[in-house]
Amino acid sequence: MPLTKIISISGKAVPVAGADMDTDRIIPARFLKCITFDELAGTMFYDERFNADGTSKGHPIDAPQHAGATIILGGENFGCGSSREHAPQAIKRSGIQAIVAETFAEIFFGNSSGIGLPCVRASREDLARAMEITTTAPDTQWTVDLESMTLSCATASFPISMPAEPREALMQGKWDAVVELMNAPEAVAALAASLPAPSTK
Amino acid sequence: MGKTLYQKVWEAHTAGTLPDGRTQLFIATMYLHEVTSPQAFAMLRELGLPVLHPERLFATVDHIIPTDDQCEPFADPRAAAMLNELRRNCAENNIRLFDLNSGRQGIVHMVGPELGITQPGMTIVCGDSHTATHGAVGSIAMGIGTTQVRDVLATQTLAMSPLKVRNVRVEGTLRPGVTAKDVALHIIGKLGANGGLGYAYEFGGSAIESMDMDGRLTLCNLAIEGAARCGYINPDETTFEYLKGRPYAPKGEAWDTAVKRWKSFASDADAVYDDVVIIPAEEIEPTVTWGISPDMNIGVGGTVPAPEQARDEEGRKAYTTALEYMKLTPGQPIKGLPVDVVFIGSCTNGHITDFRAVAPYLKGRKVKPGIKALAVPGSQMTALQCEQEGIAQIFREAGFEWRLPGCSMCLAMNPDKLVGDQICASTSNRNFKGRQGSPTGRTLLMSPIMAAAAAITGTVADAREVFDIR
Repeated sequence: MPLTKIISISGKAVPVAGADMDTDRIIPARFLKCITFDELAGTMFYDERFNADGTSKGHPIDAPQHAGATIILGGENFGCGSSREHAPQAIKRSGIQAIVAETFAEIFFGNSSGIGLPCVRASREDLARAMEITTTAPDTQWTVDLESMTLSCATASFPISMPAEPREALMQGKWDAVVELMNAPEAVAALAASLPAPSTK
Repeated sequence: MGKTLYQKVWEAHTAGTLPDGRTQLFIATMYLHEVTSPQAFAMLRELGLPVLHPERLFATVDHIIPTDDQCEPFADPRAAAMLNELRRNCAENNIRLFDLNSGRQGIVHMVGPELGITQPGMTIVCGDSHTATHGAVGSIAMGIGTTQVRDVLATQTLAMSPLKVRNVRVEGTLRPGVTAKDVALHIIGKLGANGGLGYAYEFGGSAIESMDMDGRLTLCNLAIEGAARCGYINPDETTFEYLKGRPYAPKGEAWDTAVKRWKSFASDADAVYDDVVIIPAEEIEPTVTWGISPDMNIGVGGTVPAPEQARDEEGRKAYTTALEYMKLTPGQPIKGLPVDVVFIGSCTNGHITDFRAVAPYLKGRKVKPGIKALAVPGSQMTALQCEQEGIAQIFREAGFEWRLPGCSMCLAMNPDKLVGDQICASTSNRNFKGRQGSPTGRTLLMSPIMAAAAAITGTVADAREVFDIR
């Protein structure tokens, strides 16, 4: 199963500011009533963006100057709360290819890495600066580069970080783990035989 | 040098190391429910792979089911489609499903421990963040995403990196009227909603060792709200007493062997932790959230804080957003705040012990007129026990709507939802914006007895005063 090697993502950015951006805010539970991920495009941050009557709240995602953005700039503990993979799926299916935030919640990070959506960390100060640049000059072209581990544009460059293993997996095009996990059937069978399974017997 | 339970269980379940450096971790048990599994089965079909170990998988339906009328077809066709998809996937793959007619259906995190499927020393996963709950018996239990559910269906393993371990000790005796829920909220308030990033929490100390199993389940359930992907408690006599005789617990000679094995997983006395936090039990009050993150909480005697009281600039912004959303004013006492809805239930507080704790105080009292009060047992087994013990009747007589088991108003994927900006005194686990089904709804998290006090008085109240608990 050949996968894309994810090394560098370029494009416009959109700020999604605020700490503890939970996955209920990324995708409200009512959108989880589905048996495929196919209908999730456009639902990301829905209640943050729209009033009950469907009118816009003026969120940066819907600002014309940020249209077509491929990078989200976020805050601390991004993706906390529910484990719903619908959250990164909705983000990816809405055209976002990378998220840069101060920190990420564990489960969200794993879910995103596993679908080839890199989540990289930057310092609070650098993120504030990047948000400022992108708010003032929305057409700024950013690059998230996993090789050099930088978030950069023509006028600035900031260091980013990510744990070594998922970075390696993304860059080698091995972010979907199932292929590797199928390579050691003997070791798995041995554990399955020795570790008790719950039973009514 | 001694090892922690986390290290021991991790090592016992390690199948190997992947080329990228991650561990291939064997999963002893996976739970499935209707919301996060259908796409995983679809992915599996797309790859043409079979389910490798169906005997290690257990499914139930909880998130989408109505709690008033469960006659099929459901009024909501999308909910019906999700349940039927789960049935199809379980039937096709020979997976045990605790369906509506089984007498064992319920919230997945209630069903596993109640049936004794959840056992010490296991690795347990589910496509649900509150899987942390199962750590209460001394397992490594964590929430995963749907693609990872597929990985386990196909290989019974996951690609994972180990977490660090923080020992969170609550020492001393809890004051009367202070419950496991208050302990959990207090810990989250102290360490922050992001405080556990990168950690598993090992809960210990005399206050936690003396908790019953349902209290321990509540505490571990909320580990994720403090950003710890898993929380656990070392198995002890309370654990074994709880598990003994449950349908899936080992029997006869196998029981003795199992207990011996389970004990060996407990953290060694000289285990080394990446961090240790000690909290005096006496400082914990009945706790209530005032904001939109579980760490935004105060003792019931406290006042709503001002943004200036936050730790830093980011915190001040978060407080400002929260105050605006909650329509609260800094300095306002939380006690006396009128509520519209009361919800007792969820995987956090839908246990038999939770209803037993509340029932004696409801006897002879009535829910304040105008308050909508819902009591939703977490599972069919708990519901039955509540009927048999007369607890359900006490709730009904007090004016609660006694509902059928499910996740209900914790996340409102079924018809149980807040309307407009209603305020709900809720025993659930998240006070996020819009969590209870209305994009402007407001949630105050608290313990079951505190929620009961809110139902009786129609306001946030100190249960110790309302029910004369001393």
